Amino acid sequence: MSNELNHSMSLAKPEANNLSIKQKIAVLLGVIGLFILTLALLNTQFPNKGLFLSISLGLITVGTIIFAHDAYLTKLEGIKNDGVWFKSMSSRGILGWVTGIVLTGFYIVLYFYPQFLGQGQNGEANTGLISLFDPLSILLSGNPASQWFVYGTLYTVAILIFGYKFMLKYRHNRYQQLRTGSVMFFQLGFAFLIPEFMSRLNESPDYNLPYYDLKSMWPLNYYLFDGWSINGLLSSGNLGLMMLLFGIASIFVISPFLTYKYGKRWYCSWVCGCGGLAETAGDSFRHLSSKKLSAWKLERWLIHTVLVFSVVMTTAMIYTYLGKDPNKFWLTRSTFLLGVGILLTLVFVITMVFKRNELDKDARYGAIGYFVVIAALFIMHYTGTSDKIFLIKSSALRSAYGLYIGSIFSGVIGTGFYPILGNRVWCRFGCPMAAILGFQQRMFSKFRITTNGGQCISCGNCSTYCEMGIDVRAYAQKGENIVRSSCVGCGICAAVCPRGVLKLENGSMEGRINPNEILLGNDVDLMDLVNQK
Amino acid sequence: MEHIVIIGNGISGVTAARHIRKLSDKKITIISAETEYFFSRTALMYIYMGHMNFEHTQPYENWFWEKNRINLKKGFVETINTNTKTLHFADNDKLNYDKLIIATGSKPNKFGWPGQDLNGVMGMYHKQDLDNLEKFAPNNQMCKRAVIVGGGLIGIELAEMLNSRNIPVTFLVRESSFWNGVLPDGESEMINRHIKNHHIDLRLSSNLKEIKPDENGNVKSVIIEETGEEIICNVVGLTAGVSPNIDFIKNSNIETDKGVKVNRFLETNIPDIYAVGDCAEQHEPIGQRRPIEAVWYTGRMMGETVAQTICGNRIAYKPGHWFNSAKFFDIEYQTYGWVHGSKGKPDYEQHFHWKHNDDTKCITVAYHKDTNTFLGINTLGIRMRHETFDTWLTEKRDVDYVMDHLSEANFDPEFYKTFESEIYSAYKNQFQTA
Repeated sequence: MSNELNHSMSLAKPEANNLSIKQKIAVLLGVIGLFILTLALLNTQFPNKGLFLSISLGLITVGTIIFAHDAYLTKLEGIKNDGVWFKSMSSRGILGWVTGIVLTGFYIVLYFYPQFLGQGQNGEANTGLISLFDPLSILLSGNPASQWFVYGTLYTVAILIFGYKFMLKYRHNRYQQLRTGSVMFFQLGFAFLIPEFMSRLNESPDYNLPYYDLKSMWPLNYYLFDGWSINGLLSSGNLGLMMLLFGIASIFVISPFLTYKYGKRWYCSWVCGCGGLAETAGDSFRHLSSKKLSAWKLERWLIHTVLVFSVVMTTAMIYTYLGKDPNKFWLTRSTFLLGVGILLTLVFVITMVFKRNELDKDARYGAIGYFVVIAALFIMHYTGTSDKIFLIKSSALRSAYGLYIGSIFSGVIGTGFYPILGNRVWCRFGCPMAAILGFQQRMFSKFRITTNGGQCISCGNCSTYCEMGIDVRAYAQKGENIVRSSCVGCGICAAVCPRGVLKLENGSMEGRINPNEILLGNDVDLMDLVNQK
Repeated sequence: MEHIVIIGNGISGVTAARHIRKLSDKKITIISAETEYFFSRTALMYIYMGHMNFEHTQPYENWFWEKNRINLKKGFVETINTNTKTLHFADNDKLNYDKLIIATGSKPNKFGWPGQDLNGVMGMYHKQDLDNLEKFAPNNQMCKRAVIVGGGLIGIELAEMLNSRNIPVTFLVRESSFWNGVLPDGESEMINRHIKNHHIDLRLSSNLKEIKPDENGNVKSVIIEETGEEIICNVVGLTAGVSPNIDFIKNSNIETDKGVKVNRFLETNIPDIYAVGDCAEQHEPIGQRRPIEAVWYTGRMMGETVAQTICGNRIAYKPGHWFNSAKFFDIEYQTYGWVHGSKGKPDYEQHFHWKHNDDTKCITVAYHKDTNTFLGINTLGIRMRHETFDTWLTEKRDVDYVMDHLSEANFDPEFYKTFESEIYSAYKNQFQTA
């Protein structure tokens, strides 16, 4: 056989796009559902909007369910990654790129041109896609839909239906099932239904509640301390006050405690909405995250820069808010600033005193750098006379943050680029909440991924399927536990490991980080000699 | 500066190189004819299955080697002149060494079957085997059926690979039950059923007689020895074990038998030449181990050990308690200590076997029938903690202790159903009725 013929033979692709009849029908149903949404977007006037909305979402749901059943229930329980790198959708093929571009376009329209979706301007009635969702919105909250209601509904539907698919895919794995059930519950209840019911309360003059997803903490919920939000909560009686206090307690008490006990996974892969979408609808793209060392370096600088930005922005917002009416609160501008300064300094000093040796060079320089910057700004405030904090008007900071971080980074890039950069781009490179929880996880948490003695065969499944781009194998093949601030504890590395090497655990802080040069199984004297050096 | 040359960039050679670099500033060169960079051989199957790309099987990024001053040379060593300490390459290049480590791994066994070199016949060991499989079995139109010869770990992996592309597979196993030279009967039989559940045409007690060609020199069919049956197929996978890949050494002064003969220090008969990994053959087996150990883990351990010797701390290869693992389709297998199949089982070795109703989980615990000392455990479908069993084996715990504390060794993911109490009561019952 000539080489040429061989070559042409090797071009034959494994049958990646061979869908079964059932799967084709399922795709067709889903496409019809999406087609109804598209028609609405193009301003088709449906006679009974409620009915057509139900048909549309129903078809998308049923299509996904049928597809998932045929894909997973026809096979034995086990890891279902066959052909992941052959499929156009999941390997940055044409389908992947098209999906990425459509999603990105959707986010740009959603954030910046909602009128194209049919958002009624200046109090006019909605048209187009948004008007299709009016009946559901009126049913839930009594108000017509907005672009955020449409987005929230589609987001919730996506988490529910892809969550179901994910549960079938991992039906042999109870950790995965419980975790997915949890994100589905929190999305449907806390992010979607409760805020809608809360706005029912606002029908009474005693309440003026802002949209508030209780599980969404500052700094992920960066608008919690905006003037309108605080005003709204403070003018809504005890309930509003309770919610504000809960928000503050979440930051300083609840989340550090839970992170200490279970690692940041309690939030990032069990509760969070961003994580929820990433783990369900984004599951097919988890392997696309970059595992390069350079990506890790970029990640550390980027995510901590966003964190500093959000701390500065929030401080400025509260500072300005307190300044409006100095006699209204017991907290004055100066005490507040002083408080923030003391808190940040405490965190910095405690970390440097107790954990200096655990930090690698980059992290240490970064921490010192940021600390100096913040300190300098504070000094400038106290020595200067400017009314602006940090030289910039707080409102300008806030709108820059909202635009660049809140909209472009977390939405357009974070979700729009799923099929290109992987499903956790925002969580990994941008989320300030993930940065704080990650810091806690790295510094004081019982959580770690334990590696199993000498059993690693360096195959790379764990690293490939880590959505956070952690090179899990680099640790596993050294017999070293994985203690990384970015780990969201999704548990997929442990699931795809063919040799039972990885286990997510909450254990003692002692010996949590344990690099080994010689692995278990070799000469015990050699292990002692080399490892105890 | 002393020049250390390593032939072979698999786990053994690369581990040796990494440790030599940690311990010294010696000049290091790794030679490979297979691939430019180190990759995990055990992961080749996942490339064909579409779980990973080739680059994902490389444990170190490409900049790693230069940063650690490890030279990589692509080339095929044809002869070794041990007098002048020179390697001669197929392309007539030469390279001098001060110390040489032979880490050339294995090659698939071929037992002289008629047709074993036809197009479409391949092993599954080298990167080139994978390329070959991709060429001859890209999908089930090009490859209507594949026949796998040899029921070991590589055979069942190849079956899983082909199955992932919906290529029908006939699996010829010489033994009366899958891998029962190693696995106890209960486990072996469970894997038989699991293989069949994946719609593999499993033929036990079946040997290959010959592979028949078509007019173009491609595989057309195989004939089964026992029945004479002809099975039409396009691809034949030869997975009847591996043997040391040392043909190029046979003409040198280095002593060889099946593998490169080494003493406990992994030294060959020629000073400054060492052999590690699959290709090394111990003069005397270590404990119950085989003289040639073709396992990922032992390759790594020999690499760790030889690096010490080369860097001035001469120590013997003295592996700890035996352990191993594998995955049979969806069922993971782990073993700690020694559990023998019915063939090679010593008289003193007694077994306790427990199997779950769903037929995907079981364990076999081996103990000494006179002293009750725990000897080893096999698990299918349940993950166990290496460290715990290593400790118990060192402490020579008795089997009652191990059964009573089994839950301490569990390594399954959180929230998994556990079976220790069920296993323990089965264990207790067995003795009341016995």
